[in-house]
Amino acid sequence: MTRHPWLRHRTRRLAPLALALATTLPAQAGVLAITNAKLHTVGGGTLDKATLLIRNDLIEAVGVGIAPPEGAKIVDVGGAAVTPGLFDAYTHLGLEEISGVDETRDDRGSNPRYSAALDVVDGLNPRSVLIPVQRIEGITQAMSAPSTGEGGPLLAGRGAVINLGQLSPEFFVARARAAQFLPLGEAAMGTVQGGRPTLLLALREAFEEARNGAPASVQRPALLGALDAAALRPVLNGEQPLVVDVHRAADIRALLKLAEDYGIKLVIHGGAEAHLLARELAERQVPVILDPTYNLPAHFEALAARSDSASLLYRAGVTLAFSAAGDQGGHNSRNIRQLAGNAVAHGLPWDAALAAITLNPAKIYGLDSTLGTLEAGKQASFVIWDGDDPLELGSYPRQVYAAGVAVPMTSRQTLLRDRYIKR
Amino acid sequence: MRPSLFAVAASLSLLLSLGACDKSEPKTGPYASTYAAPVAPALLITHATILTGAGRKLEDASLLVQDGKIVAVGNEVAPPPQVEILDAKGRWLTPGLIDAHSHLGVYPSPEIWATADGNELTDPVTPNVWSEHSVWPQDPGFEAARAGGITSLLILPGSGNLIGGRGTVFKNLPATSYQTMKFPGAPYSLKMACGENPKRVYGKEGKKAPATRMGNVAGYRAAFIKAQEYAAKHKDGGGEGRDLGMETLAGVLKGEILVQNHCYRADEMETMLDLAKEFEFKISTFHHAVEAYKIAGRLAEEGVCGALWADWWGFKLEAWDGIRENIAIVDAAVSKSGARGCAIVHSDDPYGIQRLNQEAAKAMAAGRRAGLVIRDEDAIAWITANPARAIGIGDQTGSLEPGKNADLVLWNGTPFSSYALADRVYIDGTLRYDRASRKAPDSDFALGLAPPEEALQAMPPPPPPPPAAPDSAAAPTEAAPAAAETQP
Repeated sequence: MTRHPWLRHRTRRLAPLALALATTLPAQAGVLAITNAKLHTVGGGTLDKATLLIRNDLIEAVGVGIAPPEGAKIVDVGGAAVTPGLFDAYTHLGLEEISGVDETRDDRGSNPRYSAALDVVDGLNPRSVLIPVQRIEGITQAMSAPSTGEGGPLLAGRGAVINLGQLSPEFFVARARAAQFLPLGEAAMGTVQGGRPTLLLALREAFEEARNGAPASVQRPALLGALDAAALRPVLNGEQPLVVDVHRAADIRALLKLAEDYGIKLVIHGGAEAHLLARELAERQVPVILDPTYNLPAHFEALAARSDSASLLYRAGVTLAFSAAGDQGGHNSRNIRQLAGNAVAHGLPWDAALAAITLNPAKIYGLDSTLGTLEAGKQASFVIWDGDDPLELGSYPRQVYAAGVAVPMTSRQTLLRDRYIKR
Repeated sequence: MRPSLFAVAASLSLLLSLGACDKSEPKTGPYASTYAAPVAPALLITHATILTGAGRKLEDASLLVQDGKIVAVGNEVAPPPQVEILDAKGRWLTPGLIDAHSHLGVYPSPEIWATADGNELTDPVTPNVWSEHSVWPQDPGFEAARAGGITSLLILPGSGNLIGGRGTVFKNLPATSYQTMKFPGAPYSLKMACGENPKRVYGKEGKKAPATRMGNVAGYRAAFIKAQEYAAKHKDGGGEGRDLGMETLAGVLKGEILVQNHCYRADEMETMLDLAKEFEFKISTFHHAVEAYKIAGRLAEEGVCGALWADWWGFKLEAWDGIRENIAIVDAAVSKSGARGCAIVHSDDPYGIQRLNQEAAKAMAAGRRAGLVIRDEDAIAWITANPARAIGIGDQTGSLEPGKNADLVLWNGTPFSSYALADRVYIDGTLRYDRASRKAPDSDFALGLAPPEEALQAMPPPPPPPPAAPDSAAAPTEAAPAAAETQP
């Protein structure tokens, strides 16, 4: 395993200077050239024997035949694959430590109906043991979302994109309040008495009130608190995406109508039957966050689930991101590569699968100007793999970089391993 | 019409006295298997990369099937007359995969109250219940697992009880009743559970014993004390007062029913090994066992298997210490007599069971990175021969050796890949899944749920990327604070 102690050492020495220059940027200095790499740029194709040039925390240049400047630290990776850091589009990382230990759960809201103002940043824990476990396997960003359903609020609150590199408290939160979250369908049945029409009505009532203000009448008290109403305004302005847990095609159709009526920027999460509306979703530019291995009629709202849904959605032109349905806590965000590989096995082009765990989540949360590809000007968060194909199960990160810094390739799990393994 | 009590008792005592493993009388006992292997044509698979499950990897090799059994495996297999020859150049052939821990049929799709039949949570000790009486053969998960190469599986009761009941081994066949799926001659298993689940279900939620881990152990001991008394009284089929639960526990004491023990923590596994010593029975396998790597040497010494996930962890405290190398470390342990550890990749999950091969691939990769020497031909045993041994069917299936059942998976390439797909799955030499031929689902429940295939296939090729969306939609009006709020 290649490690770069020199980089960490230099970073430490130069940190005060870097901090003085830019207090909100991670401390970092120097020029790093990753040479002889197979660069999966995402969007710009795959470049063989190419160079990735990093200055401080940013990518400065990407290409073949780039001469590293004088004094650059050169890391010849011997033809290894390099990708952007991976991005899990839906987790509770930093909010949930041990699913079965209530004391470690900060992902769940308590308001029975509306909790739109909830901001996960108030509960995010950068020292979560889960974070290094994902980070050393190439996950550099994740959406940390409030839980939806399970008897929680209908409007669940606002999630944040986190940087798993967590080089500083400022760097840890990549984008606060990046999206509002909402369950619809079976998961929401426990949050509002009644069926789907009741849920939709409850949403319309909330949206009307947020848009028009609460009625000044003692006979009809306000539904929303002032903060909840304020929190919904960016959603109704189409600035902040609304991520909806929804599977059934009919529910997605109802949501498209709701989104149209209120000018909402909609994102589908779950989407077991989204492929049945692939064209409409493509036309309306509604992205889908899905688990491509979710192929069983496990719920009555997912009866048409199938293994090739990612491929069907892609062929219709839908923007896709992948996240594991059975692991919302993010304990195994590291396995999104496997999800991507399985989507490829069922017909999705390889490049599209890589984009679904890099660029597309960044797009969904409005961070694609700084994340998601290997391009000049973007944050230097990337992974050097030990194999040719990062979507293969035998491949593993040789080294992960977060904003130009080589992260320590250890986690509590590697420490446990080293304590017990007898080689 | 119910059979007379006498008839049931007589056939049960026959089963017990012959031993459940007696293959000459596979259809004795109540609720007996009605499976009869269909007549299968002879088949010669040629030019395949073969992982035998018995430690060998053969390149450009052949395998001959006759009468549902494997007849020959090797580089030089002469074709008999009138044999179908399947050229498998570029493809890999493995034994049918075996899941030692499934709840298909007892926790089927759809996952609703009406179908949740896996945990008899009315008492912490229910050795009287049999999982097979809950198995719904229409669970669409069975055929999804078949497409993933699963040919046999042990369906267990859940882990809410200290002693959860009997588990049954099935062949993964389409069926209208479970008896036609029952694996002839396979022994029953007993599900036991350590740790958090029983103490949560009863102590926390039910306000009764067990409420603690010491309560758990007291519960097992009380049950086995009773079972010892029962077994002594009912020796040789005698004694009065039949007790279903005690029959099962007496079967464990006689070594006829295999103990499958859900147990996560190393210390609790050691306690369970002591329990087994106290009552003189054997634990076949610890299931889930995320801390098995901490006691891998003892497990190898005791000849106890570990049925494990490749990487699940952290969903409760007793799963907090899971590591990727768990399976590889259990596999690498060696007993004083030189026996290798018995590592198994299990699923416990209707999605995981569809790709046990991939889970094995991850576990193998983790072990190799940690410096352990693991060959493909070793790792395949984690999902074939080792689970076959753990659930008592190792003499019939789990490896590609002459005389074994022709349970086979032909893969599109190496099975240790995220791109691996089973092209063909054979059970007893009969083709039961063929990726090349689309057909209606086997499950009645799944029938007619998906739209016509043509509607989906008629979708257009991907259009050129849409023009970039306008940078911002409507400018915020009154919401200046909110707009500021959306920035990092």
